[in-house]
Formats: sequence, C-alpha cells, structure tokens
Amino acid sequence: MSDERIDVHVEQRHPLPPPAKTHPNTCPTCGSHYRDDELAEALWVCAQCGHHYPMRARTRIAWYADEGSFVEEAAEVRSDDPLEFFDLRPYAERLAEAELNTGLGEAIVVGQATFDGHPVELAVMDFKFMGGSMGSAVGEKFSRACDSAAERGVPLLTVTSSGGARMQEGILSLMQLPKTVCAVEDLHDARVPMITVMSHPTTAGVLASFASLGDVTIGEPGALIAFTGPRVVQQTTREKLPDDFGLAEQNLRFGHLDAIVPRPEQRDYLGRVLRLFR
Amino acid sequence: MTERDEELSLRRRLSALSRLPLLRGVRVSGEAARLQRQLERLSQDTSDEAIWRSVELARHVDRPYTLDYVHRILTDWVELHGDRSRADDGALVTGIGSLDGRTVVLIGHQKGRDVKERLERQFGMAFPEGYGKAMRAMELAERFGFPLLSLVDTPGAYPGVAAEQHGQGGAIARSQAAMVRLTVPSVACVIGEGGSGGAIAIAVSDRVLMQENAIYSVITPEGCAAILWRDAGQAKKAAAAFKPDAGHCLELGVIDAVVAEPPGGAQTDHDGAAALLKSALVEALDELEDVPGEELRRRRRAKFRGMGVYA
Repeated sequence: MSDERIDVHVEQRHPLPPPAKTHPNTCPTCGSHYRDDELAEALWVCAQCGHHYPMRARTRIAWYADEGSFVEEAAEVRSDDPLEFFDLRPYAERLAEAELNTGLGEAIVVGQATFDGHPVELAVMDFKFMGGSMGSAVGEKFSRACDSAAERGVPLLTVTSSGGARMQEGILSLMQLPKTVCAVEDLHDARVPMITVMSHPTTAGVLASFASLGDVTIGEPGALIAFTGPRVVQQTTREKLPDDFGLAEQNLRFGHLDAIVPRPEQRDYLGRVLRLFR
Repeated sequence: MTERDEELSLRRRLSALSRLPLLRGVRVSGEAARLQRQLERLSQDTSDEAIWRSVELARHVDRPYTLDYVHRILTDWVELHGDRSRADDGALVTGIGSLDGRTVVLIGHQKGRDVKERLERQFGMAFPEGYGKAMRAMELAERFGFPLLSLVDTPGAYPGVAAEQHGQGGAIARSQAAMVRLTVPSVACVIGEGGSGGAIAIAVSDRVLMQENAIYSVITPEGCAAILWRDAGQAKKAAAAFKPDAGHCLELGVIDAVVAEPPGGAQTDHDGAAALLKSALVEALDELEDVPGEELRRRRRAKFRGMGVYA
C-alpha cells in the first residue's frame, strides 16, 4: 500500500544478509548486470536466471500492441486531492512528482489496440507511479476500459502491478474496489472476456477487486500475488513463512492462477487465448 | 482572520506551491515544509480529537457486537455455520431471522468478548472461508427473495499464511461481485470498525449506513501511520488525515446515512443502540421494498460506479 518498492524478501530458513543497495539493472536474484538496451531486448528478463524485472506500462503496451495500433483513452482523467491529505508531504506534491518521474498521468494506462491482429482493450498498470496504487482516477480509468471493451465487444487484457489502494485518498480509495468490481460485472454481462496478467506485485486492494475476476488469469514468474504481503503477515502473526510465500508459484499450487507464463512465452499464450475467445 | 480562514489560505498556498513544476527545488520544498508545520499546529483542533474519539469508541471493548444486535433486533434467529467446503469461520456469522415479521438473511463480523472467544473468532478478522460462508448466505437470500443485512465490524481480513494460501484476495473480490449481482434489497451498517477489504467484502449494499461513532477506512490508523509516517505511534495523526469518521464518510458520499447512538456511545446502552439501529434498518428496507430486483441491481451498480473524486 505504499509507493515504496514492495519487499518480497521473505524470512528464509537460512536467512540471507540484507540486500545491498544495487543498481536497478543488477539482477536481485543472481547478481548479473545488464545495460538498458540488453534488458529491453530481453523483455526485461534476466538471461542468466529468468528473474523478471518490473516492466513499465508504456514498454508493455509497445510490446503487446501491434505496431502503431495503440490509441490511448481516458488520458485526461487525473487524481484529485479530496481529503487535502498530508503525511510527511502533501499528496498533491507526491502526485506531481510521480508524474514528473514517470511521464504518466496516473498509475494505469488504458486504450484500444490490436494484439496479433485481434482487436483488444488494454489496461496496464505502472508500479512506478506511486506504487501502482489505486485511487479514484485509477478506478475510473479501469472502469472506462471495461465500458470501452463491452461497447466494442472486444476482450479486455489487463496487466496488474500495484501495492493496493491509495491511502492518500482515504475511504474513497477503498470504494474503488466495489467500483471496479461493478465494472467487471458489467463486462461479464456483456459476455466480453477479461484476461488478466498479474505482474510483480499484485497485492491488497487490486488483488481483492478486479484483478481476481478475470476469465483467464496468469501470473509472471516470481511475482508477489498476495492480499497481505509477507512483511505484514510476519509482523502480525509471527508465523513461519514458507519460502515461496505469496509468490505466483504458490498461488498456482493453491489454485488461484491458470498458469505462470514467462514473458518470452506471453505473446504466444495470450494470442492463443484471444483466438479461442474470438 | 479566523483560524478556519487562516487554514484555508495556508492550504491554498501550499497546494499552489506543490503544483509548481519544479517540485524538487530545495527552496520550494523548504517553503512547503514551513507551511505544513503551521498547518499542523492549526489542525490540532477539536475535530481531530473528535475523529480519534470515534476511533476509540469504535473499538471500545464494551461496544455491542453483531450477535448482541442480532439477539435484540431479530426474532427466530437461526445461525448458519460453515462454508460447505472447508471450515466454519467464527469471525463472520451468518443466519436467518425475522425482523418485524419479515424474514431476512444477516451476515456480520463478530469480535470476541473475552480472550478465549477473541482467539476463536480471530478478533473479527475473517478467513476466505468466512467470505465463502457469507456468499453462501447471499445465495440463500437471492433464492428465496430475503433481504440481506450486513453488520460490519472488523479491523480487516485476516493477514495470515493459511488465509493467503486459501485465496484471501480472490474471496473478497468474489464476495463483492456476489453482492453486486443480488436482486434482493441489501442494507449494510458499519457498527464498529469498517476495516479495508475485510469490510467492503460484505458492504456493497443498496443502502450503507454507519453508526455515529463507527469508523470506515482503507487501512487501520496504525497501519497507515506505519507506512506513510514510518511510525505506528503516529496513528492519531494518520486518522486525522484520512478521516474515517461517519461525518466525513457521509460528506464524501460513501455512506447514505448516519445511525444515532445513545449519548456517550453504543457501549453505554446496548438496548438503546439496538433500538436505534433496528429502526434505521427497517426504514432503509421499507424504502427498498417496492423497487423491482433488476432496478435495485442497476441502481446499486450505478451508485458504486459513481464513487470517487478525480480531476
């Protein structure tokens, strides 16, 4: 639920030393280091160990959408500051800073595109914008994506990456859970499929609303997919956490995902799903 | 200038500052910090105290819980146990009963009164099994056309290893989806803590009420303080900032009405609080009684889809 990186380092049986501050292009799993262009070429996947680096929303869209087919929608929807929220810094300042740092207006980008020639609606979240947190604007943009998909009768392809609800909007951010659930229900009523790709991390409010309601739901390898993250569970319950606590692999084992699909296989997999729903 | 005017002008200046494109300039941040300090001094007024008082009353150990109300409001109560697949979650009770001669299905979080019961009921924090049980009750309501009442009183959904493995997030999402699909009238009332996903899972209702001293929030004040202030001790400040009290929830359009409590709070007089809650529930149900099912569902979706403030 914060705009900080979610810490997926869980308590291991043989505890590892705390990770040193490293360059973002250094693989946190195996320590390999890459140039930006090498990572971009490899879909931001570590060639040595298969670690999936976070992927920015625009990068993902450019990869999924057929060239030149993406038309952004609802770009004008921005967050407001209804509570005039102050923590250590004003919310308005955090928003402006997120915009400067990411070049995005909000933590989700939605629009029309074609995927392997199939028309689709894309809704892709970006963790770098305030931890991908869902406030009123994210809820509204996702809902409009559902409407656009329903209206045109094309599948909705959603990529989630979020720390949860945006605390700075207080109770209104909690209300984005039922709001997005209603939007998905409208989509289901229109008999339009929703395909969800859960990337690292998909937690809290987003997992407890639209992300869990996909018709086909896949996870990326190693993604944290949990309502409550490992740190909070550990602190609250003092339970011994399994090594793969909350990761996509555990979610698959317990029946919460249809598959784990590494990025190099995703276009194939999603293309097959889209063909079947045609 | 009155204090309120002063606060407004400070906030305006601060927001103007914070919208400047050159945010990371040191001078501007310094100015913003100075304004923020002034605002903090001003904001330590009675209203922040009142918000914190609500937080304390909402969690008061003598506050009536769901079953205290059930026994005072409903007759012929039959509790339904278990989700029919894995467990019976004590943190969430479901059942059927009669409200003034009308059969209703009631679901509600239940905290425990003493240490033993609290542990059995996990302090009112439900597992996915609890939401499974709630969905079973919703199905029953839908099948027989019984109205659905929800009493919300939870710090949040249970944050544990087993709860995660059993799909806490998905259970909360599906419980909301089930409520959205209902064609029977539904009324929810927050009777204590309306904590986060654990609360909204059973509160996607046609009418959402809140008791005077209840709180409804996206995270506990302690959790918010721990994340944003990096210090759980700042809970009071966090509560003042995200405003979980009934007055503010009404103002933001999140709830439809505030239910009065006896003077001093519900904990002082359980019978009195139950009588007030009962009349509010009956009134809300009366309003919804003649609306056709499809129309109820349409209006419910329109209402929740309209929530939020954006630019």
